Amino acid sequence: VPITYTSGEQIEVYRFSIPVTVGVPLLALFLQAFLPRRLPFFSIFDLPLLVTIFFAMARRNPITGLFTGAAIGLMQDMLGPYPIGIYGIAKTVVGYLASSLGVKLDVENAGTRLLVTLGFYLIHAAVYFTVARGMVNLTLNWSWSRGILAGLANAVVGVALYFVLDKFKQRT
Amino acid sequence: MESVLGRYRNLTILVGVLFLQVLGLAVQVKRTADAENTRLIRIWAVDLITPFERGVIWVENGSNKLWHSYFLLRGVRAENRQLKEQIEQMRLEQVRLSEDAAQAHRLQSLLAFKEQFIAKTVPAQVIGSSGSDLSRSIYIDKGSDDGIAQDMAVITAGGIVGKVLRVYPSTSLVLMINDQSSGVGALLEKSRLQGVLRGTPTGELILERVMSDETVGAGETVLSSGGDQIFPKGLPVGTVSKVSPGREMFLNIRVKPAADLSRLEEVLVVTEKREQEPVAESGKKVRAADILAQRLPSVPEKPAAVAGAVPGSVKSSATGQGSGAGAKQPPNAAGKPVTGTGAKLAGGAPANAAGLNRVGSGAASSSPSDTHTGVSSNTSLNSIDSGGKPATAPPKPPSPQSSPQPAAAEDNPH
Repeated sequence: VPITYTSGEQIEVYRFSIPVTVGVPLLALFLQAFLPRRLPFFSIFDLPLLVTIFFAMARRNPITGLFTGAAIGLMQDMLGPYPIGIYGIAKTVVGYLASSLGVKLDVENAGTRLLVTLGFYLIHAAVYFTVARGMVNLTLNWSWSRGILAGLANAVVGVALYFVLDKFKQRT
Repeated sequence: MESVLGRYRNLTILVGVLFLQVLGLAVQVKRTADAENTRLIRIWAVDLITPFERGVIWVENGSNKLWHSYFLLRGVRAENRQLKEQIEQMRLEQVRLSEDAAQAHRLQSLLAFKEQFIAKTVPAQVIGSSGSDLSRSIYIDKGSDDGIAQDMAVITAGGIVGKVLRVYPSTSLVLMINDQSSGVGALLEKSRLQGVLRGTPTGELILERVMSDETVGAGETVLSSGGDQIFPKGLPVGTVSKVSPGREMFLNIRVKPAADLSRLEEVLVVTEKREQEPVAESGKKVRAADILAQRLPSVPEKPAAVAGAVPGSVKSSATGQGSGAGAKQPPNAAGKPVTGTGAKLAGGAPANAAGLNRVGSGAASSSPSDTHTGVSSNTSLNSIDSGGKPATAPPKPPSPQSSPQPAAAEDNPH
């Protein structure tokens, strides 16, 4: 998959309306909390992560990206049984890196998006596992096969999701 | 300094935000005992998400109700007939179980056992989950407004589900038993071995702390032991699916949960448990010796009727057992003379109460041979299964060595 360097002047920076900015992450959190009860296999997906990556890459602003990631991650933490901050930290890092990458790369291409999402899924998992094991003392076992499989599944869903969310982009 | 911060502005903000989150996390981890320090923000998040979940559940239930009320009525007659038959079978089963329960209560009252009863439950609907495959928790649509409190047990008809971890006004977060931070006191039904049931990161259940020299078979039922003070004793937890040697001196016992934890829809929250000493039904104090005496067969109250039927059998069974029985049997603890099986007991057969007392209705007929074997047909003492099946254990056929049957048959004038 060709990855093209683009100059700062050439890249597009997008913004989103407030309803989309607020509503899409909330919808992702809702679906993430609701669907696994009906469709157990759905728990392999991390919709809030995909939304974080999308907004961060589209806005191409590291500060906005990290705050978007932090907000979505902390919300996800609040719905779970463990201390608040594990997802927050992981998604903050992903939001920052995704928006930093968005400044430098053409992330409009489906192939690029697939690879980038897979990479960020693994980074997210690595940060999550580090924090969960190092600070919260959770006994999590990392499986490369499962991690890569889940990453690929998320990447495929992510590409489709980004295609839908592209409709809400507004040029600055 | 300012130029450095300005140059690395993004990175500085990233480090700052991460630092704040790490700090917050550290504070929470340190205050594990006080789980309420993040209560307010959790309430905000839950209040933001759960209304959508409730809405979807409401619509779903409405459409299901419509479907079941109007479109799925075909076959209801046949189903009704089946259910009625099932009720009849269950009634018979209930008679047997109530007899056993009464007996157990009497014995427990003797030993001053305290038992826990599920006094009150609140039905709740599962409306969502934590949204992560790394934690196993669910949200239910009942909260503190409905009388739910922290650490209450959550069960289904199939088995236990988990405990209430956090309570909000109209919702609660339930930590399921297969979460890695969960722990349930459990025991194996047959061997009565106790252990701690824990979840794994992959959502499986492991029974820990069972020594490796114990024998545990796959398929054995696992029950709650009551040791965790959350789940009452005796609730089904699951069945052993695999046993393998574990670390150190313990077995690695995998348990398949009794409740389908991945497809929960409705659950029951145990809001009230009562602990009390069981009371014997008679109301008067019963001695252990009396119960033992009741379990042993004895001469009926009106011996004339029975004696007329088998006059020689009692005598012969008591006297015809050789040296082990002796010519005369001493009276049992209730002061009644031991006959029939009394001789059988003395002849070396164990005093198997189940084998002696619980017989099917066919076996309980008043044929002379039944009287010979010492099986009493007194229903107040014996559990009678009208299906002709043994109540819990099949009646043991009299062994050739100990049974007085042949001798009795010979002496029987009929």
